[in-house]
Amino acid sequence: MTTVSLTVNGQSVTADVDPRTLLVQFLRENLRLTGTHVGCDTSQCGACVVHLNGQAVKACTTLAVQANASVVTTIEGISQGGELHPMQAAFREHHGLQCGYCTPGMIMSAIDIVNRKGNTLDERTIRAELEGNLCRCTGYHNIVKAVAAGAQGMAQAPVQQAAE
Amino acid sequence: MYAFEYHRPASLKEAASLAGQAEDAKFLAGGHTLLPTMKLRLAGPANLIDLGQIAELRGIERSGDTITIGAMMKHAEVASSAEVKQAIPALAEMAELIGDPHVRNRGTIGGSIANNDPSADYPAACLALNATIITNQRKIAADDFFQGIFTTALEEGEIITQVSFKVPSQAAYAKFRNPASRYALVGVFVAKHADRVRVAVTGAGSNGVFRAAEMEQALSGSFTSEALNGVSVSEDEMNSDIHADSAYRSHLVGVMARRAVQEAAARG
Repeated sequence: MTTVSLTVNGQSVTADVDPRTLLVQFLRENLRLTGTHVGCDTSQCGACVVHLNGQAVKACTTLAVQANASVVTTIEGISQGGELHPMQAAFREHHGLQCGYCTPGMIMSAIDIVNRKGNTLDERTIRAELEGNLCRCTGYHNIVKAVAAGAQGMAQAPVQQAAE
Repeated sequence: MYAFEYHRPASLKEAASLAGQAEDAKFLAGGHTLLPTMKLRLAGPANLIDLGQIAELRGIERSGDTITIGAMMKHAEVASSAEVKQAIPALAEMAELIGDPHVRNRGTIGGSIANNDPSADYPAACLALNATIITNQRKIAADDFFQGIFTTALEEGEIITQVSFKVPSQAAYAKFRNPASRYALVGVFVAKHADRVRVAVTGAGSNGVFRAAEMEQALSGSFTSEALNGVSVSEDEMNSDIHADSAYRSHLVGVMARRAVQEAAARG
């Protein structure tokens, strides 16, 4: 066993884990944060995307021990005071989901895109940046609309950005 | 994946010493090839030495006509580095074409080069940009480093610390992606140096990354896409699989080489 200490959604966590525990397993099974999903488990689909020190990563291809001394934000950590994060609100408003399985990863990726590329995103940029997130229901059209709207929403509500 | 013991050295010296003592050890860089391989149980090291906390393996530095990148620098860091963009924009653009944003936030230059995947992008950049691979033991010219698919000059326990690229006067990378995997079906990196032009091809060769000698010769005479008319790479040395046969890959090398030259020339 290896000791791992990190901050998850603003809370300090310390645990002894088998070193082969993936970050996504640690979040889901140890911390019961089941909003982060496992889709393909082969670093392709993006359902497991979380923020590690403020950057979007695939938690199925990161060991929990590699996140030692890091700050992790999951889908559970982005709303504040019972209010949806602007990106969550935009996905609801624009119906950017059907079954919802890919949605947590989509939203964590979308926030990362805004953090890197700013609040005004064209369709081409959004589609290119969503390369690592697969959705099998929507055909992406409403997801792209939601990301563009959410990016604008994040400009209007800076206090609600991801806690990281 | 199989169980292993995890080590998190704080220095290069400690990492090398651990590798010397631990049985059946592997180094963990970004983990975006090794961890999937371990999940498939195609690799099962008894000891995993995580290089993620070693400050000596980080940083990007320009000095004269070389730019030196720490082995643990992530693809996203290289892609967004002001120094790299200024010195060798083609290298920053190449890094931006690797995988997807999440992969680029974890994968490292050192990991990519040490793995030498036949479809990886960095090996082509190293050959075209006349790179020197610096390890904790020695300096290796890129021309001597890549020795065939998943094979390099690295000895057991040897750690890449930095990669030093020669700044060319013009360069570009043209990549034709496999539409499913997004790896290079063919990628061609072209760089014009003071003495000659170097052309490196990834994704296509049956023996991994290689330099296209005839193309280099033609382009060293005239750095124009027309200079490549009548010049091709032999089908016999191309990989052939369900994604593309050797004739298709051979043709695609020519197309990508022309595009890269045009792009490099347009950049001026």
